[in-house]
Amino acid sequence: MTNLTQLSLSDAVDGLKAKTFSSQEITQAFLKQIEASNDTLNAYVVVTGDKAMDMAKASDAKLAKGQGGKLEGAPLGIKDLFSTKGVRTTACSNILGEFTPTYESTVTQNLWDEGSVMLGKLNMDEFAMGSDNGTSRFGPPTNPWRRENSNAKLTSGGSSGGSATAVAADLCLAATASDTGGSIRQPAAFTGIVGIKPTYGRASRYGMVAFASSLDQAGPLAKTVKDAALMLEVMCSGDKKDSTSLHLPVPEWSKSIGKSIKGMRIGVPKEYRVDGMPEEIEKLWQQGIAWMKAAGATIVDVSLPHTKYALPAYYIVAPAEASSNLARYDGIRYGARQSGDGSLTSTYETTRAKGFGAEVQRRLLIGTYVLSAGYYDAYYLRAQKVRTKILNDFEEAFKQCDALLTPATPSAAFGYGEKGDDPVAMYLNDIFTVTANLAGLPALALPAGLDAQGLPLGLQVIGKALDEESCFRVAAAIEDAAAFKARPAKWW
Amino acid sequence: MSVDKNTVRKVARLARIAMPEERLEPMAKELNGILAWIEQLNEVDVDGVEPMTTPVEMKLPLREDVVSDGNIRDQVLANAPRTEEGFFVVPKVVE
Repeated sequence: MTNLTQLSLSDAVDGLKAKTFSSQEITQAFLKQIEASNDTLNAYVVVTGDKAMDMAKASDAKLAKGQGGKLEGAPLGIKDLFSTKGVRTTACSNILGEFTPTYESTVTQNLWDEGSVMLGKLNMDEFAMGSDNGTSRFGPPTNPWRRENSNAKLTSGGSSGGSATAVAADLCLAATASDTGGSIRQPAAFTGIVGIKPTYGRASRYGMVAFASSLDQAGPLAKTVKDAALMLEVMCSGDKKDSTSLHLPVPEWSKSIGKSIKGMRIGVPKEYRVDGMPEEIEKLWQQGIAWMKAAGATIVDVSLPHTKYALPAYYIVAPAEASSNLARYDGIRYGARQSGDGSLTSTYETTRAKGFGAEVQRRLLIGTYVLSAGYYDAYYLRAQKVRTKILNDFEEAFKQCDALLTPATPSAAFGYGEKGDDPVAMYLNDIFTVTANLAGLPALALPAGLDAQGLPLGLQVIGKALDEESCFRVAAAIEDAAAFKARPAKWW
Repeated sequence: MSVDKNTVRKVARLARIAMPEERLEPMAKELNGILAWIEQLNEVDVDGVEPMTTPVEMKLPLREDVVSDGNIRDQVLANAPRTEEGFFVVPKVVE
């Protein structure tokens, strides 16, 4: 039998239904892999072995009777940002201490309802604030990919770095992730896997640890475009517990995989050609354009003139909303409390000073500043107006095309510390991904080639609001043409 | 607009984050770096532009004003650092 942990999610689901192997067998195989490699890769911050085996056993009982959901018996990893009943959830922040939810996030509940098995909770940047997982309270996970002839540890990106490492290193079939500025797509690009952020509101935010409420969306990281579609259609739902979730039917996106893109119009935005972008990224983009043409699509040059304002707008909106959302961490109702001098104010201030890491504190201060008396109009309101301009750019572009093709990241995975300590340099990682968050659009990243050092590089497909289907169709065409089969050489 | 040490002290106070005196100056520098970069937004003409709310227009859902959840005191208290007889325990705030 082939190595079960290397299967795609769809093949594993088929194998489970056909009883080629049992859920207990594949779950056991993953737990063994995790045990052998987690010390090195640090992808999981909690491993729920017993729970996984119980869930697998229940799945096997259903499968034996020819029953079961869409993902029956399939072992998954869950980003530590999703509340899981009875399983510690901390968003990798010290301030949440040993917080153990008494409720389940809607996204994970949807996955369990369709029969998936939980292997554990995955590492991430503290409160999803970061691009390299350097801010996790548990230390960063490691990218299974390394540069040729180098032992240097590279980041698997952020904030969903643990999810990306786990999928790329075969420590789960697929994983949940979340994306506020690129936190699904950048890690996907850095680890040679597929990730999609759906249209804002497709997935319920209930039970997700909040970062920036108008930007946060859940989505999957998976090994193939079809796997990502399968995951996403289970994760999404209209939800009474989240008033911003969309009460619309969720299409069966996995069934649109393989539909021809002949006649589709693919937009190429000129503003995504940025100064200092490595030639290899440009080459990959051109290659993607050539693949589109070869598959029968028409290429249209489009302009998104406000692109350069996306990141600065994001660094107002996201910290502002974070400063409001994270006000709840006061050490009174949950989390780790510090007493300070014993007064209430000192309890708050020392709890938050000790509980939040440096990057989170920096963003909370920025957010508090831009929302403080006299500055709201100059910063937050202006940024929200710039968002409208960015959305209008996309709407104009989509009059001429059905989807956009861009690079996913301005570079391949980098090493820890290589970006120096300038926060703005780190923020620039999200330059191609953040626009889709601000405009609320669906966007998918997938591997399309390797750079000269043997590291994966990704392309991004951005769709119209609610048109995840076009993202999947275009991505599947790229996946076919790229035939990206490279795997990290196992060193861990 | 640039921030100085005193502004950082004030903002940290508003954010309820204790900040040691020696962190104020470096933090002011870091914040100014970010704020200077954000200033680019002033180039954008936003006259008459509505702030964005959502990419997909929808009516905010309403529900009946009835109790839909509750009677879960123990669950609510389950993660509290200190509780007593079914209450959260907080530092004394009234003399």
